[in-house]
Amino acid sequence: MSTLGTQRPVLRARDLGKVYRTGEVEVHALRGVDLELWPGEMVVLLGPSGSGKSTLLNILGGLDSASAGEAWFEDHDLTHQDDRALTRYRREHVGFVFQFYNLISSLTALENVALVTEIATRPMDPAAALRLVGLGERLDHFPAQLSGGEQQRVAIARAIAKQPDILLCDEPTGALDSQTGVLVLEAIERIHHELGTTTVLITHNAVIADMADRVLVLGDGRIQQQRRNSQRRPASELAW
Amino acid sequence: MKLHPLDRKLLRDLWRLRGQVLAIGLVIASGVGLLVMSLTSIEALRSTSAAYYERYRFADVFAHVKRAPESLAARIAAIDGVQSVETRVVRGAVLDVAGFDEPVMGQLVSVPEDGEPRLNRLALREGRYPQSGKPDEVVLSEPFALAHKLGPGDHLRAVMSGRWRNLVVVGVALSPEYVYTIGPGALMPDDLRYGVLWMGRETLQAAYDLEGAFNEVSASLLRGANPERVVDEMDRLLDRYGSHGAYVRADQASNWFLTNEIEQLETMARFLPTVFLAVAAFLTNMVVARLVAVERPEIGLLKAFGYSNAVIAWHYVKLVLAIGAVGTLLGWFFGYWLGLYSTTMYADFYRFPFLLFRPSAGPFLLAAGASVGAALLGAIGAVRRAAALSPAAAMQPPAPPLFRRNRLFQPRLFERLDQPTRIVLRQTSRWPLRALVTSLGIAMSVAVLIVSMQWLDAIHRIVDVYFFAAQGQDLTVGLVEARSSAVVGGLARLPGVLAVEPMRTVAAKLRSGPRVVRGAVQGVPSHQSLYRVYDAQGTALDLPPDGLVISTVLADRLAVRPGDIITVEVLEGRRPVLEIPVVATFETYIGRPAYIDIGALNRAMHEPPSVTAVHLRVDPLFETRLYRELKQMPQVSAVNLRSAAVSTFNETLAKTMLIYVGFFIVFSATLACGVAYNAARIALAERARELATMRVLGFSRREVEYILIGEIGLLTFVALPLGAGIGWLLARWLVRAFQTELYRVPFVVEPSTFGWAILGGFLATLAAVLLVRRRLDRLDLIAVLKTRE
Repeated sequence: MSTLGTQRPVLRARDLGKVYRTGEVEVHALRGVDLELWPGEMVVLLGPSGSGKSTLLNILGGLDSASAGEAWFEDHDLTHQDDRALTRYRREHVGFVFQFYNLISSLTALENVALVTEIATRPMDPAAALRLVGLGERLDHFPAQLSGGEQQRVAIARAIAKQPDILLCDEPTGALDSQTGVLVLEAIERIHHELGTTTVLITHNAVIADMADRVLVLGDGRIQQQRRNSQRRPASELAW
Repeated sequence: MKLHPLDRKLLRDLWRLRGQVLAIGLVIASGVGLLVMSLTSIEALRSTSAAYYERYRFADVFAHVKRAPESLAARIAAIDGVQSVETRVVRGAVLDVAGFDEPVMGQLVSVPEDGEPRLNRLALREGRYPQSGKPDEVVLSEPFALAHKLGPGDHLRAVMSGRWRNLVVVGVALSPEYVYTIGPGALMPDDLRYGVLWMGRETLQAAYDLEGAFNEVSASLLRGANPERVVDEMDRLLDRYGSHGAYVRADQASNWFLTNEIEQLETMARFLPTVFLAVAAFLTNMVVARLVAVERPEIGLLKAFGYSNAVIAWHYVKLVLAIGAVGTLLGWFFGYWLGLYSTTMYADFYRFPFLLFRPSAGPFLLAAGASVGAALLGAIGAVRRAAALSPAAAMQPPAPPLFRRNRLFQPRLFERLDQPTRIVLRQTSRWPLRALVTSLGIAMSVAVLIVSMQWLDAIHRIVDVYFFAAQGQDLTVGLVEARSSAVVGGLARLPGVLAVEPMRTVAAKLRSGPRVVRGAVQGVPSHQSLYRVYDAQGTALDLPPDGLVISTVLADRLAVRPGDIITVEVLEGRRPVLEIPVVATFETYIGRPAYIDIGALNRAMHEPPSVTAVHLRVDPLFETRLYRELKQMPQVSAVNLRSAAVSTFNETLAKTMLIYVGFFIVFSATLACGVAYNAARIALAERARELATMRVLGFSRREVEYILIGEIGLLTFVALPLGAGIGWLLARWLVRAFQTELYRVPFVVEPSTFGWAILGGFLATLAAVLLVRRRLDRLDLIAVLKTRE
């Protein structure tokens, strides 16, 4: 990444902290995380459950607010925004992919994608987005008529069809078998390659880290370790 | 005591679902409340009137004659089945109450001077009976006394046989004969202008030249006696004394109104609670079905642990029983209160000296049984599904609902819709039965509103037709008996009289083949300008020179059509029997009149031109003077003012009907709120995940609300006109069920009624949806992403 010096990070966080209070118990999910994400970068967040990776992703995605520290998307302060502004941020800049797909069961694959493109500022053609994830033949299928891997690829198409600045994927292969998981990762890789979207991928599966530019290992609410892969492995070569 | 964990879960479920439990509870409570109210009112009216009739010896058979010798009483008493007989003198008279300009009509009824009457005793509220040798003493009916603030020691005047008599009040009383006191020609009790006065028998006999005679007889019957046979025997005995025919208690005016009221309450008790309980059954089904769907894994787990199907089923049945119990208890409370309230109102409207409101357990148990039964019936499907789940399948997440492209939607139109709208349409059409029943529930609330407000429309129509379109006179002067038509000219010369029109009424039996109707034939001019023969459809009829124009009700009763011939057995004068053709029929709301040209009637009676009543149009400036003059005329027995009739009619209705309409507005709002609230809560529960997903994808609160509110809105959009239609049909059915011999409620639903009912249903739904909307703001966006459905 020779251009790093001249570019500004898409997302950055300074000393980010998050405390959950459930009854009498305080849970420190994040304890001072510093982070920068660069345009076109693919970052994998690794860590055991409870390490704070989802909390970090939720704050970066505008779904949750931090208890301490700051998070910025380009020039926008994410930590001091109201619900309306965060909604606009998610709508215009962020694409989400979840572990359990979260498709709308009453809409077809195409319509699930169109759901997002209808409110986006610079959307792709929904059918083109689905072709990009290899589902050009299944546009008119309802979620109940698709396999898990296919459903997840619809979710990916839905996330990238708005051409977001950042694509956030929370355990996208968590509910899938290895073979199907690889298909999904290939889709994410292809999107990243063709659209150059900054991508953050959460997983507790260390193998997947090999497809990233950079790997951040979280533990106990902190970034414990950071490494850069000298060479990204293609998703098709991954197996677990 | 230690609660079983399942019972603890049950309590927590109830608490968690409290909003929905309360919403269903209120719908059940409305049904139970209405049922308890109607049944306890019916019970109270029945037992109060039965006790009243019994204690004050209300007679079983009645007959009026012109004049019959007292000796006849013994022969009547000898009729098989007769227990005791009371003969009386009963006459109408014009009264003068100090400080009240308008003429007042009184019914003078004799009571023995030597002790209480055998039958139709008075419930003395104040004072005493008139005493022998004191001819001016009088007992007043309580409503009349209260209206004029009269009591023992006060004075009033009455025209008796053409002479003014000063009367002194010695008592105030109620009578089982006058539970509902309604003057001749009136539609509603008017306590200011009509009252009953009881006077010594000797006084009235002397005043009306009836010494040793009577003009009214009543009889009580032995248990098991056949009233019809007694009536026939009495008719045979009384026929030549100018009887218009004996009649049984069921046809006695006051009692008729009372029983009719009870019958209407019974119709209501059958109809309205059914609507509410049916809706409650549906709501219970919705909630339990949802609960079972959510608790699938728990059910599977419990079964895996070895809980039997029966235990699982019983668990959910207990939930339903708890919901039913909440509604029933609330409903009992409302119902008792409403029953007491409405019975007290009835006791005020129908004058009872005492009130027996001692509801038995029956209505409460019946209502509880009906409501819990309805709730269980509604939940049975869901409970069975819970019991039938196999443990292994239950612990798997349910397959996502399968949606298909719906042929209902025009593809080309559908494709132009945005995705949120498609979600709304697909969700609604995916469970069409549920959507339909939800719509139906909201629709029923609109229908209940239309049904209750329809009465107001109907009554306005009656007032418009009966008092305004048909009647052009300002007042009607009733004469003591048929008079030469010279009296018409005399009245025309009174101060302020602008127009006069004669009328003659003769009592008659109308016969066609085996069918007989006792009634009257009214002679009016062939072209009337004041009191019109008016068809309720909106036209005034001119009478042909010969032949009858009769109301459709009478035509139905006699099974005759225009062109047929009716036998008219006149019960007055020379008692001619006439064969008269029916020339035309017309629609009426009140009574079952038969009209004939007055000239033709007089010719048929072989009498010179005579009249029994005269209609007058008067100049309001001269009213007071005119009233004064009328009070001085001995031949006048009654003066009916149209304006007074209209205002009492409206006041009475305002007192009774509007209050009920108010109740029904509350009930129907409960219905709409209950249905919409539950539908919205369940839609929210089922869609929470999808709605949260959409929020994550960048949809704003308002855009997400659109999906939830859109679905209820769509169902409401269908429900409102549907409710208008159902309301229209139900109102038509109820109007028919409430038809009586005396009056027919017209079926009229004004556009404004539809408007108000639809607005009411809409607002109630909106309120429920706004309550649920607040929950949408508290959606946990993160939690739904982390959990598998």
